[in-house]
Amino acid sequence: MAKAKAQAQAASVPAFYVTGDDHAHSGGSTMLGFWLYLMSDCLIFAVLFATYGVLGRNYAAGPSGADLFDLRLVAVNTAMLLFSSITYGFAMLAMDKGKQALMQRWLVVTGLFGLAFLAIELYEFAHLIREGATPMRSAFLSSFFTLVGTHGLHVTFGLIWLTVLMVQVSKRGLIEANRRRLLCLSMFWHFLDVIWIGVFTFVYLMGVLK
Amino acid sequence: MTSYPDWWKLIFGRFTLEAIPYHEPILIGTFAAVALGGLALVALVTRLKLWGYLWHEWFTSVDHKKIGIMYMILGVIMLLRGFADALMMRGQQAIAFAGNEGYLPPHHYDQIFTAHGVIMIFFVAMPFVTGLMNYVVPLQIGARDVAFPFLNNFSFWMTVSGAVLVMMSLFIGEFAKVGWLAYPPLSGAAYSPGVGMDYYLWALQIAGVGTTLSGVNLIATIVKMRAPGMEMMRMPVFTWTALCTNVLIVATFPILAATLALLTLDRYVGTNFFTNDLGGNPMMYVNLIWIWGHPEVYILILPIFGVYSEVASTFCGKRLFGYASMVYATVVITILSYLVWLHHFFTMGSGASVNSFFGITTMIISIPTGAKIFNWLFTMYRGRIRFELPMMWLLAFMLTFVIGGMTGVMLAVPPADFVLHNSLFLIAHFHNVIIGGVVFGVFAGIAYWFPKAFGFKLDRFWGLLSFWFWVIGFYVAFMPLYVLGLMGVTRRLSRFEDPSLQIWFVVAAMGAVLIALGILCFIIQIAVSIMRREQLRDVTGDPWDGRTLEWSTSSPPPAYNFAFTPIVHDLDAWADMKKRGYSRPLGGFKPIHMPRNTGAGVIIAGLATVCGFALIWYIWWLAALTFIGVVATAIIHSFNYDRDFHIPADDVVREEDARSRQLGRA
Repeated sequence: MAKAKAQAQAASVPAFYVTGDDHAHSGGSTMLGFWLYLMSDCLIFAVLFATYGVLGRNYAAGPSGADLFDLRLVAVNTAMLLFSSITYGFAMLAMDKGKQALMQRWLVVTGLFGLAFLAIELYEFAHLIREGATPMRSAFLSSFFTLVGTHGLHVTFGLIWLTVLMVQVSKRGLIEANRRRLLCLSMFWHFLDVIWIGVFTFVYLMGVLK
Repeated sequence: MTSYPDWWKLIFGRFTLEAIPYHEPILIGTFAAVALGGLALVALVTRLKLWGYLWHEWFTSVDHKKIGIMYMILGVIMLLRGFADALMMRGQQAIAFAGNEGYLPPHHYDQIFTAHGVIMIFFVAMPFVTGLMNYVVPLQIGARDVAFPFLNNFSFWMTVSGAVLVMMSLFIGEFAKVGWLAYPPLSGAAYSPGVGMDYYLWALQIAGVGTTLSGVNLIATIVKMRAPGMEMMRMPVFTWTALCTNVLIVATFPILAATLALLTLDRYVGTNFFTNDLGGNPMMYVNLIWIWGHPEVYILILPIFGVYSEVASTFCGKRLFGYASMVYATVVITILSYLVWLHHFFTMGSGASVNSFFGITTMIISIPTGAKIFNWLFTMYRGRIRFELPMMWLLAFMLTFVIGGMTGVMLAVPPADFVLHNSLFLIAHFHNVIIGGVVFGVFAGIAYWFPKAFGFKLDRFWGLLSFWFWVIGFYVAFMPLYVLGLMGVTRRLSRFEDPSLQIWFVVAAMGAVLIALGILCFIIQIAVSIMRREQLRDVTGDPWDGRTLEWSTSSPPPAYNFAFTPIVHDLDAWADMKKRGYSRPLGGFKPIHMPRNTGAGVIIAGLATVCGFALIWYIWWLAALTFIGVVATAIIHSFNYDRDFHIPADDVVREEDARSRQLGRA
């Protein structure tokens, strides 16, 4: 009977392997992988926000946010970054339509807005340091400079990446690998925007409250 | 101390000739041994003309199997170093009584216990579990590689880079003297001005990059690359635990990176995050480091639970009892591991309600863990148990780990913890769970998957000898520490006044010697097995009558793992295939698309090592140069679009025909 059973099973053997074409390594995991990376990066910012949350009012008899922050300057800065996100979006729309030259132009605009953001941030930092509000002055300033500076560092790397990608697109065109990379940078760029909105609200707006 | 001219400082930073510890005979002896051994190895490799082979086939390989094996080798090498530290500590504590100062001066002793902890966690346990996951997971899910093969190679070399920095600290300068988690303010610039702390920071920072990226990689692999038909609830338990572990890695290692970065800023820039003045708060560091640190111990134990599950069902010859409950227990532990960190410092003084919250969450973790123990027990119940080496390790684990779990629940009670905090009881507890859990499981995993990786089994006699030395040695070494801890002896002391305690330390030292014999037997086991490989040969690819897909391919598997991607119809896919009369495909092979090897990972990690060294010694020009080098290499690598190739169908045919002949002979 066992034999009959085995035969019956053998008769109904399903397919145990794929005979058609495989599509391994076509980059299908890149988007998920990049998302995971972004979330890990988000945790770094979470730590910095938490640190600012705990130490952000420890002025050590030094200056506070209300004494230091110039909201008009930060508003201009925020506008630069938000505009750069919009223009990156335009670049992606152009990419979808296959208009490479238009996309590259929008990427240049994005890069310029990013540079403007960094320049204003550096100006702000230089100004604070000149006033004596250095990162060493108090735990509040340590956590302020580190949180905002880490974001700035990310923007810097985003700009380097943007430049590299523009060169690669101009050399190879909008091939699949380049489209994937542009989409990754797009996620990265918008992610930095989201982080900045947190910084703007949590550090600057709430910082000037008494 | 002679003063050095400015040009020296410009070129060499704060490195001076006094940093070479030529006045410490122990270190000089070690250095001589390492240097001679290293030279002999280099000479041997050169003589056998193996450099090209190593470079092309191993160092630059993106094959997950080879990378997995390299992780395991790294783990074994670092185990020897970490265990040498343990022997030295046990020796010192056994003799340093009543006026006898022992043979280790305090500053050296403090470096040893710090290095022991750091090495054992980051460069032994982590490479072991990462190595097992790397090797086994793609095979278990029927994939040909991981999602990001280059990243995998890069991650490995970053881990090596961290290990190299820790090893360098032995002979150039010093290592940290602050305990393995480096609490400030002790680890701050004011109280640890030397290079030791900076070795610690940069080694962990660099290795952490590798760990995080390998976490991202394995999650993407498991989520995206499973064979058709393998739904989530058909994944082997080891793959499930690997998934949860890598989620934990991605969700915690960035916290470690940020925390260490803040401490680095305190030390290098002079910020005030964790200082005692100008508004800093050292307890912030302790909280942050344990938000990483507690999940970290689950990162180590979860994949090992997976190993035990595979071993239990294979060697009991039946399906794992309670598969679904095992999966849910794993997921619950993953989540709960985030909600317990404060139990490491109940004595911080955060008040009764906070302490009870964390005490209760800690105790709750024992419920899913207990469920797992019962699942393994019920798998054994009415199974046909084969007492092969992996099964022996499982049994030793189940007995030992339960003891460790119970002392853990004791420590979870805040009032009890106030008494036991920082005592040897705690030391005994976590060695109980890490040795009795992780280390035993790593040996089980090595014995279990070794024949898959190399095509022959490990020698049983030496394996059993190693097993008994390890298990007995563990009890002899750590049970005395429970007693001492209950008597109130605190950890990290290099000498004692009360001679009545000495006997316990002497017994513990003997236990350490037994464990040393266990390690020796393990190494002999590997050597003997290699020499007797023809007798131990397995040509079937399935020496244990396995149940999961890794046993369906040859041992060692071909570079492409599976000539055809398997289709999964059931949990324990391979057992199902065998039961239903699966026959191996003998023709119709197609070219197989595979990633190409690349040296970029080795180069970037090498530059990162030099960069770390330069930052430790304040050699700013070199740090800047190598950092630019890292970025430039990454950019240059991104211009290489030609990253994969096809294994021609002819090669696949040749490989598969060879296997057919082997199987015919079996």
